[in-house]
Amino acid sequence: MGNEESIFFSRVLTELTLSFHIIYATIGVGIPLMIMIAQWLGIKKQDEHYILLARRWTRGFVITVAVGVVTGTAIGLQLSLLWPNFMELAGNVIALPLFMETFAFFFEAIFLGIYLYTWDRFENQKKHMLLLIPVAIGASFSAVFITIVNAFMNAPQGFDLVNGQLVNINPVLAMFTPAMPTKVAHVLSTAYMTSAFALASVGAYRLLKGSKHVYHKKALFLTMKIGLIFSIATAVIGDFSGKYLAEYQPEKLAAAEWHFETEEGAPLMLYGVLDDGEVKYAIKIPYALSILAHSNPKAEVIGLDQFAEDEIPPLYIHYLFDIMVTIGMWMTALSLVYVVGTWLKIRFVSSKWFRWLIVLGGPLSMIAIEAGWWFTEVGRQPWVLRGIMRTEDAATTSGQVDLMLLLFAGLYLVLAIGSIVVLTRMFRKNTVEQELADRELEKEGDLR
Amino acid sequence: MTLEVIGISVLWLFLFGYVIVASIDFGAGFFNAYSLFRGKQHILTRIIQRYLSPVWEVTNVFLVFFFVGIVGFFPKTAYYYGTILLVPASIAVILLAIRGSYYAFTTYGGLKQKKWTYLYGLSGLFIPASLSIVLTISEGGFVREKATGLVLDYWALFTSPLTWSIVVLSLAAVLYISAVFLTWYAHKAQDEPATELLRKYALIWSVPAIVTATGIIVELQGHNPEHFSRLMDLWWLFGISFILFAGTVYLIWKRKSYGVAFGLLTGQFLVAFFAYGVSHYPYLLYPYLTIYDSFTNEAMAIALIIAFVAGLGLLLPSLYLLLRLFLFNKDYVQGKRNDHA
Repeated sequence: MGNEESIFFSRVLTELTLSFHIIYATIGVGIPLMIMIAQWLGIKKQDEHYILLARRWTRGFVITVAVGVVTGTAIGLQLSLLWPNFMELAGNVIALPLFMETFAFFFEAIFLGIYLYTWDRFENQKKHMLLLIPVAIGASFSAVFITIVNAFMNAPQGFDLVNGQLVNINPVLAMFTPAMPTKVAHVLSTAYMTSAFALASVGAYRLLKGSKHVYHKKALFLTMKIGLIFSIATAVIGDFSGKYLAEYQPEKLAAAEWHFETEEGAPLMLYGVLDDGEVKYAIKIPYALSILAHSNPKAEVIGLDQFAEDEIPPLYIHYLFDIMVTIGMWMTALSLVYVVGTWLKIRFVSSKWFRWLIVLGGPLSMIAIEAGWWFTEVGRQPWVLRGIMRTEDAATTSGQVDLMLLLFAGLYLVLAIGSIVVLTRMFRKNTVEQELADRELEKEGDLR
Repeated sequence: MTLEVIGISVLWLFLFGYVIVASIDFGAGFFNAYSLFRGKQHILTRIIQRYLSPVWEVTNVFLVFFFVGIVGFFPKTAYYYGTILLVPASIAVILLAIRGSYYAFTTYGGLKQKKWTYLYGLSGLFIPASLSIVLTISEGGFVREKATGLVLDYWALFTSPLTWSIVVLSLAAVLYISAVFLTWYAHKAQDEPATELLRKYALIWSVPAIVTATGIIVELQGHNPEHFSRLMDLWWLFGISFILFAGTVYLIWKRKSYGVAFGLLTGQFLVAFFAYGVSHYPYLLYPYLTIYDSFTNEAMAIALIIAFVAGLGLLLPSLYLLLRLFLFNKDYVQGKRNDHA
């Protein structure tokens, strides 16, 4: 296998692992917060339904965490196995957050074990809920630290490069790059948003499949409310992300927006196709790109003409960007209509077709997550470390990457099928109605 | 003590932690599968699952901690080991994945299938085998530096007696450590049949564990004389390790103080593991890489050590809580409580 092939297969394998891992990682970051909210509501309102909601979510959650541990270990090792040159450099400057991430995850794993095996162990339910706080903190901080590393790859700082040697290294400065605030906020809020919509999707599906139980209605309303809050947050953060890109990675923004010529009062291109370097069928919103980039309709936005041919990311990232933004907007609108409609008791929000839209929202949000990650990773090309190291110089020289790709593809297939089968079986076999009835019996049993 | 030595000591200590907790985990999975195969599953499964279920993710983190830490403290290892370990490490990851999915699908998911239990049990033997190859490679003689990059000589690796004796040692050690621990655990759970069976396993596996360990020292003499002579300078540490080993076997044999026996076993492996590590100093990979020429910059090293101390302050109390609730909680160990979500 030649070196070009090694690079190609290393990229494919990394992309595959990340695309698969991000599903479990997103759920892993978001769900603990949902469980916490449900359990807290249950304790506060003395409502058995919310407690059961927390309990059933926990059961599903541990399965996704277990798979996430596996895929997370895979990507952790693959970084060194597939990109040894990059990791040698990165190890010198950005190892600190990677190291701290293991602590955050350690912390989460310990308390998840405890939380999982101590339901009903404490007289006071609040004590049990306290055990979930470290889980949620650990999960979210894992995401924070890993995103810090990704932010560094986009806007490296905290060192000087003198004759190819790294000098004046400042690990803390490397963590707090200009890319870091928007990226971290965006990853967190989309994880919460996606998890909420995924759970809403499940609730809506149960209601469609004939269950009339109020449990599902409570679950649906709660998750849609949380989803709405975080999708609004995501939109606000998205605006800041645009301003960050315009300032620090203008080539990424320009490629995403098919903004070829540097100009003042730049329009925003939505959708469309690229035909021989010409944009067709796009919706052109005047001045919108200048507003997104600089909050000023007259401002100048740097175009692709300012960059060398071989330093421009692939132009197809425009489609990924559009997919992400469109789904985000759609989910904001959908949840807003649902929440307002439920408050005002408008009937159509509990109609069949509307519930199907909510069911669809879960997978759609996940597609938005995938599109978003592909966008940010491909949009950084040809760099693995922007301006410092090209992707092609980072890859392994080993000749067996293609074989490893096949092995891992097989593994992910088994894991995907396994998690789907187990999760559906788990909740189909043990329905909410049955579990509530069982718990009622148990209580009466205690009295006798 | 230099920063280099602090760094490698911390990592080596965590690797030791992984060796112990993972051995318990791997061996338990194997004994579980073996007893299912022999139709004696009722004796062991409950004991094993009760211990393993709440702690397995923690086990995995020890390993992640080690490989993230080594890239942090010694970034050049990412280049050297990253290039040559693509295949062995990928295989280890896939095997670890099988174990992780066993928990996901069987323990948490309720998918009861014999095939998973067997896969799980066997993966517990293959993982130490594939991971221990890294130790063999580190002794040198299997890696060549070509113009295109580093190349691992698989033929030399798989025909070397050193490779196979390290593999056998890792297997024997896994089963021995696990059996001793589970004897203690079963005894605490007042499960007599399980205690007896595990005690038998512990005695059986003590012999190959000590024999292969001695054999490796002999083989190093031919393979890496420099390392061998440094090992010999530390003969007294191996002597202490052997005395601790004898103590463990004596206690298990006499059916006395299983807890102390496990303590002695931990001591035995700790002393031997560090004696081996110290004699390996300063090389990370003979003869290419030492802890000095691969070390990170001073600023990063200090930052990592501060993070480590802070992290430890967070982790130790949490680990203590975990052990108190599950390992040292009478009701839980004896199976009177489950409380699973």
